[in-house]
Amino acid sequence: MKKIEAIIQPHKVDQVKEALKNIGIDGLTISEVRGHGRQKGHKEVYRGMEYDVDLLPKVKIETVVPDARLQEITKAIATAARTGKIGDGKIFVFDVLDAIRIRNDDTGEMAL
Amino acid sequence: MTKPSPIHLQPLLWTLALCGSAAFAQAPASAEARLTALEAATKSAQSAGDNAWMLTSAALVLLMTGPGLALFYGGLVRAKNVLSTMMHSFALMGVVTVLWAIYGYSIAFGEGNAFFGGLQYLFLNGVGSAPNADYAATIPHETYMIYQLMFAIITPALISGAFAERMKFSAMLLFTCLWSTIVYFPMAHMVWGKGGLLNAYLGGKIPTFDFAGGTVVHITSGVSALVCALYLGKRVGFPKEPMKPHNLVLSVIGACLLWVGWFGFNAGSAVSASGLATSAFVATHFGAAAAALGWMFAEWVKHGKPSMLGGISGCVAGLVAITPASGFVKPFPALLIGFLAGAFCFWMVTTVKSKFKYDDTLDAFGVHGAGGTLGALLTGVFATSAINDALKDSSGKPLPLGWVDGHPGQVLNQAIAVAISWVLAIVGTLIILKIVDLTVGVRVSQEEEVTGLDISLHGEEGYNLES
Repeated sequence: MKKIEAIIQPHKVDQVKEALKNIGIDGLTISEVRGHGRQKGHKEVYRGMEYDVDLLPKVKIETVVPDARLQEITKAIATAARTGKIGDGKIFVFDVLDAIRIRNDDTGEMAL
Repeated sequence: MTKPSPIHLQPLLWTLALCGSAAFAQAPASAEARLTALEAATKSAQSAGDNAWMLTSAALVLLMTGPGLALFYGGLVRAKNVLSTMMHSFALMGVVTVLWAIYGYSIAFGEGNAFFGGLQYLFLNGVGSAPNADYAATIPHETYMIYQLMFAIITPALISGAFAERMKFSAMLLFTCLWSTIVYFPMAHMVWGKGGLLNAYLGGKIPTFDFAGGTVVHITSGVSALVCALYLGKRVGFPKEPMKPHNLVLSVIGACLLWVGWFGFNAGSAVSASGLATSAFVATHFGAAAAALGWMFAEWVKHGKPSMLGGISGCVAGLVAITPASGFVKPFPALLIGFLAGAFCFWMVTTVKSKFKYDDTLDAFGVHGAGGTLGALLTGVFATSAINDALKDSSGKPLPLGWVDGHPGQVLNQAIAVAISWVLAIVGTLIILKIVDLTVGVRVSQEEEVTGLDISLHGEEGYNLES
């Protein structure tokens, strides 16, 4: 099993969710996060006070998938989340030791 | 009930008319009685109209503090201080009301010397439904009292913009009680009270035109705000750490409520539902509109982008500047005053503030102190008897008011009034802050400040999104 952590532009959330749904991925967790990579922030001015905003709003999507489907799923996320500009985000992949469904003690890929 | 048809009504009307004319012919003495009754009815109708407008205006002025200022200021602070900031405005709706009832109204509007009113209205003694002809001949004295109370509430609330995010709540309460007593009540007496030093209508030595409170409300609060900002010092982390407004949406709603409430503030200051009220209403609106544009364009030129915060800051600056002028100037000077105020206050809160590096958290000085001063001076230029002819010479001809009427000396009178307000605000506020500092202490601890005043002073949070 692999865990996918995708950090994407907030306005791309719906497209990514739709793309995952279309290939049959039901389980995912979404959080609103702030951060930056190589993307420079922007400047905001409030009554003449200038602020450099470098931590920008992003959305983190987490999902755990069977090893066999990893490529297909990361590709679906990347395609849906891509605008081609700096700041589109990143996808990280981790090994997962185990998964347990709380309701009935299913384990491993059965639990996904 | 069915309505009688006109055919049935006609004989009845004829009978009534005949009886009436017969009575008139037979008893000429009762004609006088009828005239008296007619006069009384006219008077009562005028009183009803005026009183309806004045009670509405009083409610509109409270609307400025209640949701208006609380939302405007609340949105501009950081999320951890939103409730403490709103509480400044809200708590004063209680505190000042009590002071006003006990002695505030009497000190401000009792007949006394040039600086203080007498004590005849202590505990609102004698303030009832009979009009006080000196202030407002057509409405109950009690209406005038409650209307003026709303001004006394919002004025110290305006100062809170300077000490937001770092003053103790207890210190704020004590400060306000003392400030209302030492600065506001005497200043209101000087400008509007009978026999006050600056009262142009009721025997003042230096006649000043301040229709709705440029000196009394905005200069006193704005200048006191600057003193508070300097005395308390900067917020922890200012200006290095970002301190962005946490919710400009609240501020926009608040500023628009201020704009609406201001019609009660200025047009209500005509103390009647008259043409003068309309003229003040129009000037108020024109001033706000032009100032919103003035600030926005100044910002557009300087920073490359026009902003919502700039727009609402500008409209408030314009409302401030037009306040003393509103019942004295024509619509086009009102536009000009507003536009100048927008650009001038923009320059004050951006260039001047950053040059002198004081932390006037929400720019109470830059908007109210600066805008109020500009407006009070320009009132001396643009005030005209074409709008306000209440001042007459012995032959009953209206006296010239401002420079445009050929009376440039009025600008000097206005400048003296401005200077008196500045001095009273500076000296009074310094003394009060010292007293508050020595008794309860003015500023919260650094830890409390960093945690945020909502949790550390009030034990609650503005946003509990997960509950």
